[in-house]
Amino acid sequence: MDFLTWGRNPWDQPILTHISWDLLWASFFAGIVFLVAHASYMVFSAHRKRHAAETDAMEAARADLPERIPRHSAAARLFHWVMASAMFTLLITAFLPIAGIRFPWVTWHWIAGLVLTGSIVFHIVHATFWLDFWSIWVGPRDLPELKAEVLRELGHEVPGPRPGKYPLGNRLYHLAIVVVALAVVASGLFMMVRIRTPFFTRNPYLFTDATWGVTYVLHGLAGVALVGLVIAHVYFAVRPDKWWITKSMILGWITRRQYLEHHDPDRWAISSSRHERT
Amino acid sequence: MAVIRDVMPAFELFQPTSIEDAQAVLNRYGTDAWVLAGGLDSLDWLKDRIKRPQAVVDLGAIAELKGVRERDGGLEIGAMTTLTEVVRHPSVGERYSILLEAAEAAASPQIRNQGTIGGNVSQDTRCWYYRAGWPCYRAGGNICYADTPDAINREHAILGADRCVAVNPSDTAPALIALDAQMVVRRAGGGERIVSAEDYFVGPAIDITRMTMLEPGDLLTAIRLPATWAGAQFYFEKIRDRQVWDFALVSVASAMRTTGSTIDRIRIVVNGVAARPLRLAAVEALVQGRPRNEGTAVVAANLAIEGAQPLRFNAYKVPLMRNLVKRAIRGVEATTWTS
Repeated sequence: MDFLTWGRNPWDQPILTHISWDLLWASFFAGIVFLVAHASYMVFSAHRKRHAAETDAMEAARADLPERIPRHSAAARLFHWVMASAMFTLLITAFLPIAGIRFPWVTWHWIAGLVLTGSIVFHIVHATFWLDFWSIWVGPRDLPELKAEVLRELGHEVPGPRPGKYPLGNRLYHLAIVVVALAVVASGLFMMVRIRTPFFTRNPYLFTDATWGVTYVLHGLAGVALVGLVIAHVYFAVRPDKWWITKSMILGWITRRQYLEHHDPDRWAISSSRHERT
Repeated sequence: MAVIRDVMPAFELFQPTSIEDAQAVLNRYGTDAWVLAGGLDSLDWLKDRIKRPQAVVDLGAIAELKGVRERDGGLEIGAMTTLTEVVRHPSVGERYSILLEAAEAAASPQIRNQGTIGGNVSQDTRCWYYRAGWPCYRAGGNICYADTPDAINREHAILGADRCVAVNPSDTAPALIALDAQMVVRRAGGGERIVSAEDYFVGPAIDITRMTMLEPGDLLTAIRLPATWAGAQFYFEKIRDRQVWDFALVSVASAMRTTGSTIDRIRIVVNGVAARPLRLAAVEALVQGRPRNEGTAVVAANLAIEGAQPLRFNAYKVPLMRNLVKRAIRGVEATTWTS
């Protein structure tokens, strides 16, 4: 399997053109393999869940908390679903033609790309000034939580830290999406200069052939990576045990019981006055 | 422009005598196979070493692909029928004279003696950037060299461009679409598919690397002309740099039915302005029921060029196309050219 495709420019120099589309299928099957492997593990493993009695006791102790805990503001939810729509449109328009389902895709693709770009800009501003910016990021301080989560997955009773607002897997996924989405958006915006749009005067000579090659490869790699990442995301979104998180992205809140069962109140503090910033 | 360097590279040559045998070879070699009809476009590609097939399948010995036959009140033309045979067939001249004119306008007598109608409609674009073997979109790359600030693009597209600005070079294609012809395609996986001539051609928005809907292993076996437009009022005109032998800069083909001076039905197609022959459906809808006169022709011609986006050197195609559409609707005698 080749990873990259090459051509020769008019000066007979070797130039990168784009990634091999075999990588699309590699990413697709990697996503499916992960899905099957994780689902199998969850069926057959002895992963540790908090006992109902334990949660009952916590709920009785924290009856001062509101019944509904705000988790995602309307603006955050709007961003999420706009971004999801743009992402699906981008993936469909990019990869169905490669898979043999042909249709005029270019205009839809760059429009969806601009929607994604706009939604990301909105999200950055919104998260910086209106949300708890650092709650979604991962760092060395999360190592104890990682260790505790792994041990719980292996069936051990672990008193260690539970997640704050976002589970560790959620934060790791966010980090991956940040890297990949920024790469695909940045490269895609430059690639718009090569096609006819109302925004740019076409200029295929903005960069050298070598730089364009790297840009196309970066866009392609990020694009196929998104295939696997989106498969994983959709898989977790529809899993019954994660449905409470998905539901919160629709309704904006989780129940007090879900909050106490899955989160560490010390790391995601909710006041009974319900002035929590989401 | 590509340079013919020396003798062509070696390949396996197959000369099957049946469609089944031809497709067996095509299926065995897949994308490494090359279908040879008249060979006039093929040999350029092979000698220039831009296309390097492992196997060449010469269809010249398949008798069932040749000849013009009566069918359902219309005609069926084998894909390997030469353009000269099409031109000389009496039924073509009597009932489908637009196809006669279009086929006769193709290239030179020598080329028409060798070139086939199947090859004429399936030939690749003449964009010299593409034919030079550079990694443009159509060749699987990521740039259109003809749509750059300093490109030489006098012959390229003014409509329907989607990254690639190459145009379809076929003379018979617009006539066949105007006649509502049906293309008979034997699929690689078996079975036959009948597609309208209009759908036989694909633009870069759908597939930037191909000019037709033929997949590797598919064979165009015949072209059927329905009786619907037999004996209609036809118009074909091809504008080229050299009258004796050249590809079209712009061509127009129309088939029309009238009652008195009123246009009842019309099909009108232009070529040389986009990567596929363009049927002007909006123009057809506009002129149906209207009198066939200068006023209708002017309105229709202005509608035809709506959305045209000329490149640096091909803005002349806009008034050229407008005038050709006007002439096709009104007729030559009473039409004046406008710039």
